[in-house]
Amino acid sequence: MKADVAIAPVQNADVPMTRQRIGDVLLAVENVSLSFGGIKAITDVSFDIRKGEIRAIIGPNGAGKTSMLNCINGFYHPQQGSITFKGKRRRNMRPYIAASQGISRTFQNVALFKGMSTLDNIMAGRTLKMKRGLLWQALHWGPAQKEEIRHREVVERIIDFLEIQHIRKQPVGKLPYGLQKRVELGRALAMEPDLLLLDEPMAGMNLEEKEDMSRFILTVNDQLGTTIALIEHDMGVVMDISDRVVVLEYGRKIADGTPDEVQSTQRVIDAYLGVAH
Amino acid sequence: MTSGPEQFDTVPKLLLRNAERYGSRPAFREKEFGIWQTWTWAQARDAIRAFSIGLQKLGLKRGDTVAIIGDNRPNLYWAFTAAQSLGAIPVPVYQDSVAEEMAYVLSHAEIKFAVVEDQEQVDKVIAIKDKVPSLQKVVYDDERGLQTYDSTNLHSLESVKEIGRQELKANPGAASAWTDEVARGKGSDVSVILYTSGTTGQPKGVMLTHENVVVSGHNANVFDRFTVDDTMIAYLPMAWVGDHIFSYGQAFAGALCIACPESPDTIVEDRREIGPTYFFAPPRVFENLLTQIMVRMEDAGRLKKGMFDYFLKVARRSGEKILDSKPVSFGERTLYSLGDLLVYAPLRNRMGFSNLRVAYTAGEAIGPELFSFFRSLGINLKQLYGQTEASVFITLQPDGEVYPETVGMPGPDIEIKIADSGEVLFKSPGVFLKYFKNDEATAATKTQDGWVHTGDAGFIDQRGHLCIIDRAKDVGKLTNGTLFAPKYVENRLKFFPEIKEAVAFGHGRDYVTAFINIDLTAVGNWAERNDIVFASYQELSAHPQVYDLIEKRVEELNLSLAREPMVAGSQIRRFLILHKELDADDGELTRTQKVRRSFIADRYGPLIAALYDGSTQCHIATEVTFEDGRRGVIEGDVRIVDMKTYPVASDVRREAAE
Repeated sequence: MKADVAIAPVQNADVPMTRQRIGDVLLAVENVSLSFGGIKAITDVSFDIRKGEIRAIIGPNGAGKTSMLNCINGFYHPQQGSITFKGKRRRNMRPYIAASQGISRTFQNVALFKGMSTLDNIMAGRTLKMKRGLLWQALHWGPAQKEEIRHREVVERIIDFLEIQHIRKQPVGKLPYGLQKRVELGRALAMEPDLLLLDEPMAGMNLEEKEDMSRFILTVNDQLGTTIALIEHDMGVVMDISDRVVVLEYGRKIADGTPDEVQSTQRVIDAYLGVAH
Repeated sequence: MTSGPEQFDTVPKLLLRNAERYGSRPAFREKEFGIWQTWTWAQARDAIRAFSIGLQKLGLKRGDTVAIIGDNRPNLYWAFTAAQSLGAIPVPVYQDSVAEEMAYVLSHAEIKFAVVEDQEQVDKVIAIKDKVPSLQKVVYDDERGLQTYDSTNLHSLESVKEIGRQELKANPGAASAWTDEVARGKGSDVSVILYTSGTTGQPKGVMLTHENVVVSGHNANVFDRFTVDDTMIAYLPMAWVGDHIFSYGQAFAGALCIACPESPDTIVEDRREIGPTYFFAPPRVFENLLTQIMVRMEDAGRLKKGMFDYFLKVARRSGEKILDSKPVSFGERTLYSLGDLLVYAPLRNRMGFSNLRVAYTAGEAIGPELFSFFRSLGINLKQLYGQTEASVFITLQPDGEVYPETVGMPGPDIEIKIADSGEVLFKSPGVFLKYFKNDEATAATKTQDGWVHTGDAGFIDQRGHLCIIDRAKDVGKLTNGTLFAPKYVENRLKFFPEIKEAVAFGHGRDYVTAFINIDLTAVGNWAERNDIVFASYQELSAHPQVYDLIEKRVEELNLSLAREPMVAGSQIRRFLILHKELDADDGELTRTQKVRRSFIADRYGPLIAALYDGSTQCHIATEVTFEDGRRGVIEGDVRIVDMKTYPVASDVRREAAE
């Protein structure tokens, strides 16, 4: 599907785009610090993510953005501070627990099962939702088969949603990068997450692919009500689609607010353009 | 099988007939969420009736126009019938047209309702609605992303159907009132307005009557003996007359089954799964298929490759003869059957052609090699010639009489004649009513007594088949007054594998001459096999043996041109092989690889002069642009060859072997 550039804005008087109402705090990061040996990756960072919003985390290279996501989904354990998700405060977290609580993510370097088909990759995202054990699945009979059919339906809806029907049965290793990113998003969606973490979903894409991806992110947020936290380098995209932006530099938070506010903050401009000394 | 169209003279009447007679047979299929969904004719009628009544409740009236925009979806095909049942006129619009083009069509057609596929199309329609004051309601099929839109004048297709279903439930007379509404329709009513894409100027709205669509569909079904067991896959734009006649007119007239692909990207997969019996595609689709097969065979193992090569040779020898039921020796037949088992059938299956009975191609000239390749595999590929103003069909190739250079014989009830200017005129039951709000254009195209100008020049050969040679306006004249069709000559030259590009001259001259570009791959291969050493394109193209090779080809062409009085004057008297390839980077070709004749005539002025002044050698220096942007000069001597031409032989007997 092509995004028609000539008629991008739909927000005209007759069709108000009422954005999803933004709710309470879903996830709060409080005074989190993380270091690897002597290197401080994150220093005393606090921010929150509200239900239903698109929250962007930006910053120059090495600012600690990916480390922050890794803390949120329990891959890294911050030495100080706490993270509260759905009202539950926690310090140490395992990725699979984070996943079962409703946090899913995509990776900066696509992390798919290259030899498996698109369908199987997305199906893998349903693993946590499967009730039947290995034996049942291996027999593929009765309840296990019924369960698979039910999950397959969810997966097919995601395939339809992301418009990747044509690669349903192709091994993902052979797909172009932009499509792999889309499959990865599909796998993350298959978990039906409450919070979706996207690590540079548009890196290395051309303009058309970026437009498509932006549209998918907005639609996920809009229709499924999924809260989204994303890291992205393309400022145009960030400013267009996010509700609030947090800016990191050298592991510290230097700004937090709506795209407009952030853009006009002197420290952010300095961080991106450099300062004349 | 199907009775004549007399009593069922509109598409909605055909729907009622099909629902009654073939109620439980599949009418539409669509792949959704990875599974093929099927609707029978009875189910299709129920859906169309509910949708139609819903539209009526929203205010659609007889004579209103309804835009239909989107990919091929059963719901959108039903929108045609739903509108037609009420006497409204559907106007399909190309789904990929930009907002501006769409605005022109929608405002010109005074659209009241628009039935569109999804958010993308809704956005476009909303963006241009100020330019289309007549637009009242927009109905969409796919709801995704549209929940938050203002719904005052925007309805989901499902909700419109629901309005209809409620009405049918609440009001016992609703169903018969709708049937009465259908019965009020007449064959002479306008059934559809199709806008021609129009390469020049604004698009024109071609108005077709129900009779046009129904009779054309019926005749085409009779011509190729289609029955209710036939299936086709609908994937070409609905706004194009071909799709409207094949997937709508023919389907309703013959109760054929229409399968809609899952998405435009999955057509190949979907075709394999459905296995259509009737298929239409422009030549480039077949070209891509061939390329894919060849590329994959290059990677195949030696056994498979050897088998493929061997049986392809067998197919080339006798495949077409077997397809045309011509005599073939028993040994060859056995060999072909073996090839069918091992190679041809698996190939057909790969392409989704296992069940195919008839495939058509049209739109542009198809290379005879390409054409023969598919035919020799047992695929009944044929050409047809038609246009929107004719409800597609003007000529078709009958089974067993398929010649690559012709477009066949007039279809049932169709007459053609050639004007003095060489232009093809036709008269048929499919002749359009008129152009919408453009009487001037109607008068220029349609004569008082019903003949329609096609704008194409052609001739009828001795077998009674029509050959199209060029657009009528591009046909020139030699000084002695004979017709000269440059594109015809060039295409015929390009059909030889050794010739990549050709430019013919002759308008306002005494005789026809040509520039020829050899095909480096084909001629290079040939050179290697014949121990001809060459270092560059220029060297190869000037090689005497290459000249001999091309000379033979030109002679072959002249001989075959001499057989047809109309093009006999276009025989090539002198030709030369260009020292460089024509290239879009040098401005000699357009980006779509079409020859820019006048530019070439300017650039190679001295060569053209030499072609006509009798010299046998000409020195030429040409500036070229290399791929990295540097410029350089290629220069050299180009040899000019005189050819023998043949008398216009009215008594030349056509050899059976071509």
